[in-house]
Amino acid sequence: MTEDPSNKLHANSIRLKMERLHLSETDIVEMYRTMCVIRLFEYTADKLYAMGKVHGTMHLSAGQEAVAVGTGKAARSDDYLINHHRGHGHFISKGADVNLMMAEFLGKDTGYCRGRGGSMHIADIDSNSLGANGIVGGGIPQAVGVGLALQMKRVDQIVIAIFGDGAANEGVFHEAMNMASLWKLPILYICENNQYGMSMHVQQVSAKLPIAQRADAYGMRWACIDGNDVLEVYETMKDAIEYVRSGEGPVLIEAQTYRYFGHSKSDRNLYRTKEEIETWRRTKDPIELFKTSLIRAGIMDEDTALEINGYAEKIIEKAVEFAENSPEPDVSSLMEYLYA
Amino acid sequence: MPEITYLEAIRQAMWEEMKRDERVFLIGEDIGRYGGAFGVTMGMLDEFGPERIRETPISEPTIIGAAVGAALLGMRPIAEIMFMDFVLLVMDQLANQAAKMRFMFGGKATVPMVVRMPGGSGSGAAAQHSQSLESMLMHIPGLKVVIPSTPYDAKGLLLSAIRDPNPVCFVEHKLLYKTKGLVPEGEYTIPLGQADIKRSGKDITVVTASVMVQKTLRASEKLAQEGIDVEVVDVRTLRPLDIDTILQSVRKTGRLLVVHEACETGGWAGEVIARVAGSPVFDYIDAPIMRLAGKDIPIPYNRILERAAVPQEEDIEHQIRNIVQLAY
Repeated sequence: MTEDPSNKLHANSIRLKMERLHLSETDIVEMYRTMCVIRLFEYTADKLYAMGKVHGTMHLSAGQEAVAVGTGKAARSDDYLINHHRGHGHFISKGADVNLMMAEFLGKDTGYCRGRGGSMHIADIDSNSLGANGIVGGGIPQAVGVGLALQMKRVDQIVIAIFGDGAANEGVFHEAMNMASLWKLPILYICENNQYGMSMHVQQVSAKLPIAQRADAYGMRWACIDGNDVLEVYETMKDAIEYVRSGEGPVLIEAQTYRYFGHSKSDRNLYRTKEEIETWRRTKDPIELFKTSLIRAGIMDEDTALEINGYAEKIIEKAVEFAENSPEPDVSSLMEYLYA
Repeated sequence: MPEITYLEAIRQAMWEEMKRDERVFLIGEDIGRYGGAFGVTMGMLDEFGPERIRETPISEPTIIGAAVGAALLGMRPIAEIMFMDFVLLVMDQLANQAAKMRFMFGGKATVPMVVRMPGGSGSGAAAQHSQSLESMLMHIPGLKVVIPSTPYDAKGLLLSAIRDPNPVCFVEHKLLYKTKGLVPEGEYTIPLGQADIKRSGKDITVVTASVMVQKTLRASEKLAQEGIDVEVVDVRTLRPLDIDTILQSVRKTGRLLVVHEACETGGWAGEVIARVAGSPVFDYIDAPIMRLAGKDIPIPYNRILERAAVPQEEDIEHQIRNIVQLAY
């Protein structure tokens, strides 16, 4: 069998990109693996919900894995993270323990927040994950304070603050961008544009697109990128982080992506068509695109891909087992952590 | 001990603590050269520089959001909200964020921040610059609410508030800024959640706070001439509320009046009265438990109307006399 010459071309191009980005094959495969773990976490969360094992709501990020992983890989582990309600992927990509995440999701005492927060409020202060937020845009102004503290402490960490397209229309977006840029704070703002704020398409609620161009009004650098191409996300975030870390000021990156699941458990997908979802899945799936590209370039083969899936299945299964075997919080602990 | 104003006492607390602790910084509108709308931070910019006297755009929600973020990283921000009314602009960051984080994140986050805000009427500032919203703030679990009435208390309570690991709303009163009192130089703290008996008496307990403490004390002096001996309990902090001191006082006097400037409906007098009525001290009560509060209206501009909207010295005097004479 003769080799398809376009594969060779593709292989050259991806290897050149890896070289330019200083990514090894191990790095690349690890990124692919993390994307698979996130996808499986979300599918499993959905399944657990369908089985009646989840008390509250959830906001799943399947379809958006490239944003989380491209960003997580570009960041330093001691950088700070502030994210939004659809935040499972960001946590996993920052290295969170999926056991503790799953336990929190099931409201267990062993969860990240001892069952007090649930899916929407996962935080791990010790690893500089300052919390997902149940209020749309709630974390955007907090990033200003984190940036301010980092600047005042004269350290070179930065804060990565991720919010959705919906949050960009909250008033605090304007206030915070202005202040962050005015004071040249070390903040990488990421607008994870999954096209819908609950049921409203971004075009129905935005007078001018892309969202990221609003940065011009604040004298901030910006870019609008394909958020389903993990290497593009990585490259953009890496450059942006370098710029932010150097003290030049904040950057706003808009990453265009798509969520497969509904907004939350109450969503019946009445505002979009099945065809639309299927088209994104078929032509733009971040994991499939990455996998195909890696296989074509000979960095990975089908067997490795299967192995990686098996690995992801195993750790998610273990997480579910851990969560299910964990105790519920004791009612006697209800008033803990209250001071007023 | 030097005699200084309430305003100077607040400035002194911040000044001294900023000298002691480099994590402490101020953030707010016009707090630099202008010295803040009431002059509380006058001179601090020259002493501490623009990084620690952080002047902001007119963006209240992000001022408080920034305080939350900085506090999460171990800084000790003191945010100034120019008028307490503007706290309504920041309730997401204050009530949904700052107040919830420690609990919601399973005890791992601490949010050591102070939000200073001058409230109250009496300055002709009308409906959007004169409110007393402390009852609303104390309704939120996770927010401490401090409301000092004297320069001495203001300094000691503010130092405790700054050192507290949790969010504290520090409610100042515009009319108190120029009042004077003895205040020690240097460090002293008053624990949050400790009421103070500002006047000891045996006939009736008046539980009150802020500017109403001063009004009640003056009314009490007049009543003393009629032989009515008033005990004035200054709660000093609304949350945590020192209910023990209140109960002990009511047990002694057998009568209770709660006076506050905040609107009556949903006001904190209801909370105090409910706790007293539900306690064993209820058996000692000899007269109807009463409250005297601001009328349920927006504060009007006109001087005469504004005065009539909130309890005045003569109203307090009248109400106390009524309760004591109604005794059965």
